Amino acid sequence: MSGGHDYPHEPTGVETRKLGMWVFLSTEILFFGTLITTFLLFKGRDFPGIKLTDVYDIPFTSISSFILLMSSLTMVLAHNALENEDQEKTRVWLLATAMLGAIFLAGQIYEFTEFYHKGFELSTNIFSSTFYVLTGFHGLHVFIGVVFLIGLWAIGQRQQGLSLDGGMNLEFIALYWHFVDIVWIVLFTVVYLI
Amino acid sequence: MTKIIEPAKRTNIFRRPSSEYGFWSWVTTVDHKKIGIMYGYAAFFFLLIGGLEALVLRIQLAQPDNSFLSAAEYNAMFTMHGTTMVFLAIMPISAAFFNYLLPLQIGARDVAFPRLNALSFWLWVAGGLFLYSTFIFGTAGAPEGGYLAEEVGWLGNAPNGGWFGYQPNAGFKYSPGTAMDYWALGLQILGISSLVSAFNFIVTIINMRTKGMRFMRMPVFTWMTFAVAFLLAFSLPIIAIALFYVTFDRQFGTTFFLVEGGGDPVLWQHLFWLFGHPEVYILILPAFGIVSEILPTFSRKPLFGYAAIVFAGFGIAFIGFGVWAHHMFASAISPVAQAGFGLSTMVIAVPTGVKIFNWLGTIWGGKLNLKTPMLFALGFIGMFVIGGLSGVTHSIVPADTQQTDTYYIVAHFHYVLFGGAMFGIFGGLYYWFPKVWGRMYNETLGQIHFWTMMIGFNLTFGPMHWLGLQGQVRRTWVYAEETNLGFWNLIVSIGAFIIALSILIFMANWIYSRRKGEKAPFDPWDARTIEWTIPSPTPVWNFSKAPEVKALDDFWHAKYDEDEEGRAVRRDTADALLLQLEEEGLNPEEEIELPNPSYFPIILASGLPFFGYAVIYKSIPLALIGAVLLLVGSFGWAIEPLEEEFTTKEEEE
Amino acid sequence: MNKKGLFKYKNFSVLSLIFLTACIENAPMDSLSPAGPYARQIDELFWLTFWIAVGVFFLVMGVLVFSVFYFRDMPGKPEPKQIHGNNVLELMWTIIPVLILAAIAVPTVRTIFDLAKEPEDALKIEVIGHQWWFEYKYPEYGITTANVMVIPEDTPVRLEMWSNDVLHNYWVPKLNGKRYLVPGQKTYLNLHADGADEFWAQCGEYCGLSHSKMRGRVLSLTQEDFEKWINNEKLNAEKDLPESSLAAEGQQVYLNAGCTQCHVINGVWDIQGDRIAPNLTHFANRNVFAGAALKNNKENLTKWLANPPEIKPGTFMPNLELTEKEIEALIAYLGTLK
Repeated sequence: MSGGHDYPHEPTGVETRKLGMWVFLSTEILFFGTLITTFLLFKGRDFPGIKLTDVYDIPFTSISSFILLMSSLTMVLAHNALENEDQEKTRVWLLATAMLGAIFLAGQIYEFTEFYHKGFELSTNIFSSTFYVLTGFHGLHVFIGVVFLIGLWAIGQRQQGLSLDGGMNLEFIALYWHFVDIVWIVLFTVVYLI
Repeated sequence: MTKIIEPAKRTNIFRRPSSEYGFWSWVTTVDHKKIGIMYGYAAFFFLLIGGLEALVLRIQLAQPDNSFLSAAEYNAMFTMHGTTMVFLAIMPISAAFFNYLLPLQIGARDVAFPRLNALSFWLWVAGGLFLYSTFIFGTAGAPEGGYLAEEVGWLGNAPNGGWFGYQPNAGFKYSPGTAMDYWALGLQILGISSLVSAFNFIVTIINMRTKGMRFMRMPVFTWMTFAVAFLLAFSLPIIAIALFYVTFDRQFGTTFFLVEGGGDPVLWQHLFWLFGHPEVYILILPAFGIVSEILPTFSRKPLFGYAAIVFAGFGIAFIGFGVWAHHMFASAISPVAQAGFGLSTMVIAVPTGVKIFNWLGTIWGGKLNLKTPMLFALGFIGMFVIGGLSGVTHSIVPADTQQTDTYYIVAHFHYVLFGGAMFGIFGGLYYWFPKVWGRMYNETLGQIHFWTMMIGFNLTFGPMHWLGLQGQVRRTWVYAEETNLGFWNLIVSIGAFIIALSILIFMANWIYSRRKGEKAPFDPWDARTIEWTIPSPTPVWNFSKAPEVKALDDFWHAKYDEDEEGRAVRRDTADALLLQLEEEGLNPEEEIELPNPSYFPIILASGLPFFGYAVIYKSIPLALIGAVLLLVGSFGWAIEPLEEEFTTKEEEE
Repeated sequence: MNKKGLFKYKNFSVLSLIFLTACIENAPMDSLSPAGPYARQIDELFWLTFWIAVGVFFLVMGVLVFSVFYFRDMPGKPEPKQIHGNNVLELMWTIIPVLILAAIAVPTVRTIFDLAKEPEDALKIEVIGHQWWFEYKYPEYGITTANVMVIPEDTPVRLEMWSNDVLHNYWVPKLNGKRYLVPGQKTYLNLHADGADEFWAQCGEYCGLSHSKMRGRVLSLTQEDFEKWINNEKLNAEKDLPESSLAAEGQQVYLNAGCTQCHVINGVWDIQGDRIAPNLTHFANRNVFAGAALKNNKENLTKWLANPPEIKPGTFMPNLELTEKEIEALIAYLGTLK
């Protein structure tokens, strides 16, 4: 951080970047909150044409949701490994997390294509629009997360490896990743199950 | 001796920039002061453009059935006037104050994330330029199936759905062309910029306070910045999503706000005002903070009821999220909702009143030094009270159904945002002028500026109350002669030009004083807060060593004691203290590490407008350019350390 | 607060604002000259709040101006006492405003619900917003008209409103406050005029290019005149006009130039589906046209028919490239539509 050696900061004891991430995630709640509210608002209304229940495949989505959940576990393992200063394991678990995220994304892309084939398109009706914008917005978050995980892995390969207080902090991205996972649990429940 | 560590010449994607002067030093700077100054100038530039748009509107309305502008041009002008003033003038001028002052007021060397701060600024520039590029690339026209007698000129090829962009009028069917896309995507970029700076300010205030700077010792301006940052962080996501919907509706055939497709136009109103009302407080709270700094200094008394003012500010911010539907009293909402939102709107008057009474308590019994900043602060109270009281008349729902959408509303929010926010901002510009530039502004010109602006302002917006009650509807390009509104409209237009004159006086003062003004001492106002303990102009390193704060208004208490009667008595040690501070401020004992400049914020920021154009023109190449800029920007950023580690290593060796 | 007391306030206020009224007389959109019970109720509430606000304003400004003169820095003035606050005062200026607001809140809430209540035995009129004119339908009588709404005096009227395109906002300042017209849902507004008179209306919500020209008139008639009007409106237009008259020529223009694609004249040419243009059956009886932006006279009609988008930018009525002769004939024909 800025400032000389005598310069005090972090009177709260929370690392500044982590605090920033917390603030960021709290606004993310509002992003998703607004989307979910809109989704629920329109869900209760009448709309013509095909519905999600006509096209979706709950077992498939459940499996991909499970995969995303597992990625949270690998993320924790990566963090653990780094705490034990095991660079190699850190990288392995990081890559595993990124891969699981990527599999989830591939699943979502496959699912969307299937829906399109069955005539459930972005502008089919108000329900499909809210569905795609909501889940797509989440997908974008996963995508960004995967990009950053791979970036982190690449940085780990380069230089002298990762550390818990380096430029791009693992802990910092882990927070984000767990958040994106939790949001998916909410979305999966709201969109597919209710 | 002063020694700023030279950045190491390690290669990233680019060689690290190292210029300390000139063009590139500004482009690559991460210094909160330079960023603040850039925000200030750029925002002032947009303020002038927004002002010109207002003058054009007032020429058109100076007489009934005028034909100075076409309908398309008029609608574009009022839309751009509102959008510009809110997003490109007042918000960024406030951001200029936040940037420059926040670290100084809490005794920090910079904000928590200096490069993120630069990113906010460049994103804002990118958003503003993107929005304004509509005049070159944008198109607007009649609704589907409608006819125009003449082509829409360049002046009319701008967003024309109003700054509030009510749907479905601002949708593709009723506002074809690309202009409204520029609006929606431009605001999106500006929103990201504000969100990023909100995170930065929140974290800065929580985590960068110097020794002893407890929360309840922070200057009120810092407190208001804190409140504004929270408001931004929690209201912008809502509008961002709503703008996504607009873009999807306009570009990808969805129907979020189109009834034909099962959408709901009233949803847009709710989402917009859920953001829009907190936005009002985003615009006004910084001025509250500035005024709360100026009044005690020039009254030579502490702020009356510091805690009350702070909590009232947060009260306003909090209740501000629960009053949005008072913008929709005439819309399709139930009487129960009308009553509920009417009451919540009344409630918000209470903390606002508390602030005003406390300010009066501050000047009461003081020793008022009527310098220009003080005049603006006092003018602020007067004008804001008018705006606040007309605001109370809006909470009377039935009365509001008469007033809403008329010039009475226009008068109301200009009293709040111009008489309030802008008067506060001008007061702040004069107040901190010596600290920023190291020179004094010209007092005579300042006083003339105040009085011309005061007269022009009241002449412009005072009669609008009356015009509104007499039935002049907002956003009307022409009004009929039989409505008998011509006389006062002419007066209003004359007033607008007097405001323009006052702005010219201000600019003359600024330009003159920047070059020829008297050298400013570092504490010209005998001020109270710690930003006045450092030299003027502020050195790059702000504080030579971390200040330690022992009380609220720490600097004042260092200079003054109280006698038995409670009157301020200057300490014998005060003069020596000032000399010592000046000496120390200019000559830091230790080597100071400052965050190094970086190319990456501006690179990252320049990517977003390309995405905007890519969406509008459905162009993959443009999206790729945007993606490359974004990737280069963010990865270069990620592997670039904030400060080159070169010094510490040297020490270790 | 009794009614009489409020009235007194109002008279006083009118006197005190006389310097303002010097330049505005007969403003037809004046929201401060209510001409019916609904508008009057609002007006009373407004003045109550207004005078309280004026009181607060003078209090604050009084303290401010006094302080500026009395406490300003003068040579030899001692340093002020360092007062940090006063909890009693803080409490006072929190509680007193709360009490004042509570006092205003009670009549406010009552009036909100009063205004929303559907009056008994009200005449029902449907108001449909179009870009940029208001259409009126009288479901009880099967009448469709535009721009001028005709109502009986001293009778409550219940408007059921919606929009055909974008948001509009119906406002007759002398009769009641505003209400939005929303596509896809219905909103309601009550009107009640004391006597026979003509009132101005205007769309309040920005609704696109010609929003400023989306105006209207409300004509309140005596019961007798209203019935006459109703009976006349129910009639179809005359189809067979005296041959070789200018009006008959005009009818041919009407039938052939393309007018019939959008306009309806009952008994002459009807169309199916949504009507995007005003029903012209009794056009000559309306004193305004083109969204009530123009007075119904020959000069204005000539201008309008020659190039509608010139007068109302964005209008859905194209320039039909009519010749001067055709326009003259068309105007003669429109003059027969009584």
